[in-house]
Amino acid sequence: MKRLPPQPCERIDRTQRVSFKWHGRWYSGFGGDTLASAMLANDVTPVARSFKYGRRRGIMAAGTEEPNALVTLEGGSGHHTPNVRATEAELYEEMQARTDSGVPSLKHDLRAWLKPLHRFLSAGFYYKTFKAPKSGWPWYEKGLRRFSGFSGAPTEPDAEHYDQQYHHTDIAVVGSGPAGMAAALAAAQGGARVLLLDERSALGGEMVSDCVTESRAGQWFEATRQALAEHANITLLTRTTAYALHDYNLLLALERRQDHLALPARKPEQSRQRSHHIRARQVILATGSHERPMMFANNDLPGIMLATAVRRYLHEYAVLCGDEVVIAGNNDSIYALASELLDAGVRPVVVDSRDSGFDTRALQERGAVVRKSHAVIEAVGRDRVSGARIAQVRQTGTRWDCITLPETLPCNLIALSGGFSPVVHLDCHTGSKPVFSGEWQAFMPACDRPNRWVAGSVNAFPDWAGCRDDGLYAAARALEALGLNPSAPATRPQRTTLNTGPFVCLSHKRDKTFLDMQNDVKASDIEQAIRENYRSIEHIKRYTALGFGTDQGKTGNVNGIAVAASVTGIPMEQIGTTTFRPMYTPVTMGALAGEETGLLYDPQRFTPMQTSHQQQGAAFEVVGQWMRPWYFPHGDEDMHAAVARECRAARSALAMMDASTLGKIDIQGPDARELLARVYTNAWAKLAPGKCRYGLMCDENGMIIDDGVTACISDTHFVMTTTTGGAASVYAHLERWHQTEWPALKVYFTSVTDHWSTTAVVGPKARRLMEKVCSDIDFSADAFPFMDWREGTVLGVPARIMRISFSGELSYEINVAANYGRHIWDQVHAIGQEWGITPYGTESMHVLRAEKGYIIVGQDTDGSITPYDAGMSWAVARNKPYPFIGLRSLSRSDTSRPDRKQLVGLLTEAPDTVLPEGCQLVRHPTDTVMIGHVTSSYLSPTLERSIALAVVRNGFALQGETIYARPVSGAVIPVVIRDTTFYDAGKEQLDGER
Amino acid sequence: MFLITCPYCGEAREEQEFSHAGEALIQRAPLDATDAEWGDYLFNRSNRKGPVLEQWQHTLGCRKLFIVERNNVTNDILAIKTFESLRSGS
Repeated sequence: MKRLPPQPCERIDRTQRVSFKWHGRWYSGFGGDTLASAMLANDVTPVARSFKYGRRRGIMAAGTEEPNALVTLEGGSGHHTPNVRATEAELYEEMQARTDSGVPSLKHDLRAWLKPLHRFLSAGFYYKTFKAPKSGWPWYEKGLRRFSGFSGAPTEPDAEHYDQQYHHTDIAVVGSGPAGMAAALAAAQGGARVLLLDERSALGGEMVSDCVTESRAGQWFEATRQALAEHANITLLTRTTAYALHDYNLLLALERRQDHLALPARKPEQSRQRSHHIRARQVILATGSHERPMMFANNDLPGIMLATAVRRYLHEYAVLCGDEVVIAGNNDSIYALASELLDAGVRPVVVDSRDSGFDTRALQERGAVVRKSHAVIEAVGRDRVSGARIAQVRQTGTRWDCITLPETLPCNLIALSGGFSPVVHLDCHTGSKPVFSGEWQAFMPACDRPNRWVAGSVNAFPDWAGCRDDGLYAAARALEALGLNPSAPATRPQRTTLNTGPFVCLSHKRDKTFLDMQNDVKASDIEQAIRENYRSIEHIKRYTALGFGTDQGKTGNVNGIAVAASVTGIPMEQIGTTTFRPMYTPVTMGALAGEETGLLYDPQRFTPMQTSHQQQGAAFEVVGQWMRPWYFPHGDEDMHAAVARECRAARSALAMMDASTLGKIDIQGPDARELLARVYTNAWAKLAPGKCRYGLMCDENGMIIDDGVTACISDTHFVMTTTTGGAASVYAHLERWHQTEWPALKVYFTSVTDHWSTTAVVGPKARRLMEKVCSDIDFSADAFPFMDWREGTVLGVPARIMRISFSGELSYEINVAANYGRHIWDQVHAIGQEWGITPYGTESMHVLRAEKGYIIVGQDTDGSITPYDAGMSWAVARNKPYPFIGLRSLSRSDTSRPDRKQLVGLLTEAPDTVLPEGCQLVRHPTDTVMIGHVTSSYLSPTLERSIALAVVRNGFALQGETIYARPVSGAVIPVVIRDTTFYDAGKEQLDGER
Repeated sequence: MFLITCPYCGEAREEQEFSHAGEALIQRAPLDATDAEWGDYLFNRSNRKGPVLEQWQHTLGCRKLFIVERNNVTNDILAIKTFESLRSGS
């Protein structure tokens, strides 16, 4: 392997020397090199050790289909990028690369020494081993992972950022080889807006080799490239890999914007990579094809490469990958490579498996040796290939036999061309299955989804001119589909042929004949899978791991299918391929997240009082997307101390809470009352304007799904509240039932959650405070009873005041238009200082309501609790004229069972033992059958001991009994069952100080 | 990730703007249904492969529900109908 003098179409910049580090040593390459081409120029080998067997591997390809040369770039830093294909990594100054595939190192690999054991490490060995001793399992997994040798995960935060961009375009063209270039230009000239994508940094695809050998090709390429750059209707995205094609032509692509730049040269304000989301009215897939290797023993040795790769390295990077060359293949493209190698001063031996009619006299006159009807049956070499053993071969049915004794050709490069597999992946993402063509010996894209076309070598056109014509044809069809008139008529071009012969599936040393390099899958593994009765290609894939790697089997899958066909006798068209799923090539997590990381990961919702809460030192809890004050610590109080102080204030004097986050739905119309009757379990017929009622909401299955207080504003106007987390789902629930089931009801809903802010004033002194902030309402107990609401003016602001209580204390909720919320909060806080007003958050709120036995939907209920289970039969009105949602279910045999889980209170024997929430409950201390679980559990400052709520089978009948809590770890805890109201059963606190 | 043309907004919008709202045209069983009939209404759905009738709500748009006939294998949308049009028999 060495660097040649300047080549006519090379893409390297010899004026720019670039140094890079590989395994502790510095090397040098040129600007425009990939890491792979620079490594080849520096004769770096091997580049990796294989997955299972630790075999030495070299660079095999020149593009995304590379299976071996996976490297870690900038390991251990904030730029650590694992599993990068060296063939795609554009070389930049001071690039640091390494492979972690050696166990323990690239030079010395333990797995390679274990050669005698390799026969036990065939396909699926891990299903049959490591069964005993079971206790060894954590080690087996750790050991196996260490053995696999892929890159380690990053340990530092990503030093770069990513973003996303959205496009709508008329025609998206994927691939800028001759087909894509021709299609994009014709489409733009036809009046369409065009987006042209290519995974490489420059246009042309595989055309570079043609530009060298054919001046017509070079001229067309230059002219078209120029025209594309200048056309106003074309957006060109290079270094952009289309990785998914979803329904309705949603094309996803990853642009590598800065990966090719040296680290110091990267602009921090610019994204490193960008994920493009493209909706295209038409998509043209000009994605090309991948060459297949030939199959023979030790075909994985360093120095065995794909023929097109050898051509690319020669023409684009001026790297000669070997000077004693054997070319082995089954199609005419091997002769093009032979001719180009002769031009470079090499005399190759061409081994053609076909009895081909190709006229090789000119090549032979120039010094090439040609062996037709021959195949390589084994490669020899240790660190790299040193020889190819060839023999004459003959196919009989599915069997290939050697009919001469093998001869060994010395060589340091074997270039393989076993045919070309169209890159069908994007076409398959929406469910199409590719179809095998015996004529082209390839799986062709089905391309049967609307508004989609294929063009070029993905469509089995093997030469640049054919690809160009096919691209023009596809553009014409796409323009027609858009209603634009194409300039060229839509005539389907004729394909020339490479006369690709059948797959050569030799039987010699199938346990050394590699199909999938990345996962060490051999032809013998396919045989084994079939022998063990894994016959479907999907099963064969999963059993052998064929195609599982980061290369998705680009060079191995079709060969694997061919072996399966030869073993079973089932034709390839019937075996089919496995399903291709996104992504086509691996995509960084960062690019998928885009900007939505950190603070932008999820929207944050704040009430209008947020700043005041922050100033008052609140600790926050995330409830849904809401930031809610959790508790308000003074000084160095921990949560328990803060909660104790807050609860005592609420029960002895005065406290305040921000309840703005609760869902609020405004319901209006002549049938508003009827609507409420249908969605809630309770009765609404007699709720008068000015009154509020607690409503319990069930699903059709009779289970509690939400609760809240609804206020009657007028006979045709109600305001419903929901739980904070249930706001959106209850709103949708009402709309769904109304629009689909009860369209005759004259009612409409408006979500007003964000329109109102709510300050709750709580405690025996609440009336005193309200009298100070509102002068147009009579707050005396008789004038303003519990569960009423009044309209008035609070601190100069129009307000609705609800006298409702979630704490069991005298409590008023001041509702004002949201933007006045902070004013109300701050003023109430200032005026309340006279009584030591104490703001409290969600934690104290939870404790106060639990002391009263009030449920929290979603905590004490879980979708399997009926109103009866919760002890709320008083809330169920069975005699309403219309069967409310859930009514019928309440009399199902299962819902009316007596031994259902029922809501009870629990007291531990030791008063400071706080049961873990979720803890399982059993009847007897050693029972293993769960009879219930703890739903809510707190240290109650009011009772100065722990309390808990739980659901227990037959709970109502077990009042006074002792049962046991069994935590995950620790001793069993005895608990006594009691009713759920721990405090003020007589409801004397509700009226507060009169 | 398909596109749905909302029959009320009159435009094709991304699937993300909508929420799936269950199988369409389910008849609510009457109050006197047996437990088996009620259970069938509650829990059993046709679960067909291919064209299905389902409800979608334009949750990030007009909030209206409508019926979509969609092939659940290919995601092709075959028809979109409003509830009003079904009731008026058009």
